[in-house]
Amino acid sequence: MSLLSVRDLTVSYKLQSGEVPAVRGVNFDIEKGEVLGLAGESGCGKSTIASAILRLLPEGTKVGGEVLLENENILEMKPGKLRAVRWTEASIIFQGAMHALNPVKRIGDQIAEPILIHQQADEKEAMVRVGGLLEEVGLPQRRLRDYPHELSGGQKQRVMIAMALACNPSLVIADEPTTALDVMVQAQVLKLLKELQRDLGLAMLFITHDLSVLAEVSDRLAIMYAGRIVEQGPAEPVFTDPKHPYTRALAGAFPAIGDAQYRMKPSGLGGDPPDPQNIPSGCSFHPRCPVVVAECSDTDPILYPAGESRSAACLLVRQPAGASTTSEVPGD
Amino acid sequence: MSTPSQVVGDIPKNARQIAWIRRRRALKRSWRTFRGSPMGMIGLVILTIFALTAVFAPLLAARSGLSPVTAPGQPFQPPSGQYWFGTDHQGRSVLTLVIWGSRVSLAIGLIATLISVFIGSIVGILAGFFGGWRDVSLMRLTDWFLVIPFLPLVIVLASVMGGGVGGGGLGLTAFVIGITSWPSSARLVRSQTLTVKERPYVERARALGASNWHLITRHILPNVGPIIFANTILIVAIAILSETTLAFLGFGDPNAISWGRVLDEAFGNGAVIAGNWWWVIPPGVAVVLVVLAFTLIGYALDEILNPRLRRR
Repeated sequence: MSLLSVRDLTVSYKLQSGEVPAVRGVNFDIEKGEVLGLAGESGCGKSTIASAILRLLPEGTKVGGEVLLENENILEMKPGKLRAVRWTEASIIFQGAMHALNPVKRIGDQIAEPILIHQQADEKEAMVRVGGLLEEVGLPQRRLRDYPHELSGGQKQRVMIAMALACNPSLVIADEPTTALDVMVQAQVLKLLKELQRDLGLAMLFITHDLSVLAEVSDRLAIMYAGRIVEQGPAEPVFTDPKHPYTRALAGAFPAIGDAQYRMKPSGLGGDPPDPQNIPSGCSFHPRCPVVVAECSDTDPILYPAGESRSAACLLVRQPAGASTTSEVPGD
Repeated sequence: MSTPSQVVGDIPKNARQIAWIRRRRALKRSWRTFRGSPMGMIGLVILTIFALTAVFAPLLAARSGLSPVTAPGQPFQPPSGQYWFGTDHQGRSVLTLVIWGSRVSLAIGLIATLISVFIGSIVGILAGFFGGWRDVSLMRLTDWFLVIPFLPLVIVLASVMGGGVGGGGLGLTAFVIGITSWPSSARLVRSQTLTVKERPYVERARALGASNWHLITRHILPNVGPIIFANTILIVAIAILSETTLAFLGFGDPNAISWGRVLDEAFGNGAVIAGNWWWVIPPGVAVVLVVLAFTLIGYALDEILNPRLRRR
């Protein structure tokens, strides 16, 4: 049984102009100790999934499907039970650490917050644990008396990582943990995350738009487009040999440094992501697709098997006979 | 985790010292900013004088001077060496009345403010934090208090509750002013709460499994606190003014001498028509000065606590 399993997750935001489907039927599983990378452009629903897993979406948002964490459906939990599960079983490293820390409180107190909320230790013991956590993320213990403004961006992100680990969760959701950091610091933070993940045997959902980052840290990759997963499979092959044209465009957007051939090559993808309130008919990617065929505009592709434990939602991947009726993701 | 116990073991001792050093430094910094504001300093000096007067009233003027029976002087004496501000219709020294009146005026002002800010903060935080129908109903209640003419409401409350609330008197006056002057704080606190609750660290705390109580007390309140504090000072001025008004209209405690009461008696005994200026001006100026002092301090504090207003 998987640690986390998301089934048919749908999320629609309520706006004045109507409902906006941000996630339209997403399935994935994360095993214990596994890192699943979730990639896609801005607005494709990555962060919405992160929030949906811990039910942090704004009030009035419609959520459908199931989010099973250790076999319990989070979407149906009572508030008290939900609060108890938050952070003890799954924690989040938030996007933009600079804003996720309360400016008027010391970072030590903030890291201790989840420990105290879940009554895992008294105040003195909690501070001892916070000291240990800080050292684990590479900050000296004395920094626990600092206020957030006394830390650099990278240090704040380390604090957020320490906080995510405070209650020994089995799943950590990293929602773009390296955005707003410069490249050097990004690399350090990634290295730290990878090490911690391996040492503590954490399962991770790693969300970013940066494919090269994902290829480095994740075991499996899922590529999202317009609220759906369009391709998934083991990280390495998905990155090097993409089956879906969108993945190909994403992967092609990264230059290989030092390779003269790539000088002029980094190729973008024309057009804009679709308006979630007005998603194109058929395959939602077809207006931007470089290899579009006539059928794309009226057939909505599902995830078709595409090689060993891989699948892609593209009509071109669909095997010509029989296999096209497979509706579930193979290999799970 | 590594073995942090021996390192952490000596932190609390250090930490307390560090914390104190920090606190002292922060206080010094705020004080320096405050001193840089001439308005704030003028206000502080005026307020200090009145506060000392109130505290040491028994040393400055004998209490017996308040009673018509033991009043020392002749009625309607103009200012003289013995009675600096002259005497009233009962031969009491107006100076004595003003000195003792400062006690009542300041005390009621402070108590009423505490009540007002307490109600206002709770209403504002609850409305802002929970939103939805709770926000709407609390804010309509606030609007109701805001729209209803203040003076008639206070007068009605003071006379209706005078019979009911045990003791009546000073406590009643403070209470009535308190429960009618909170709407402005409620709106202010609500608006600040609305911005604070959308900050990512509040969402983060919610993701930690924090309860609403935890969010409000640990994250919202510390961030709204400074605004509440600056607002408090300004409310004191309004409360003192309200007390004076009430007493002048005869709804104060009949046994307590406050500035408003002195003005009321002066007015009732024809001080204005008779030209007994010394009876009217001292309590009037006292009210104006104290209200001015609180307002000046309030603005100076606002500048310290709200860095965006600070001149660079």
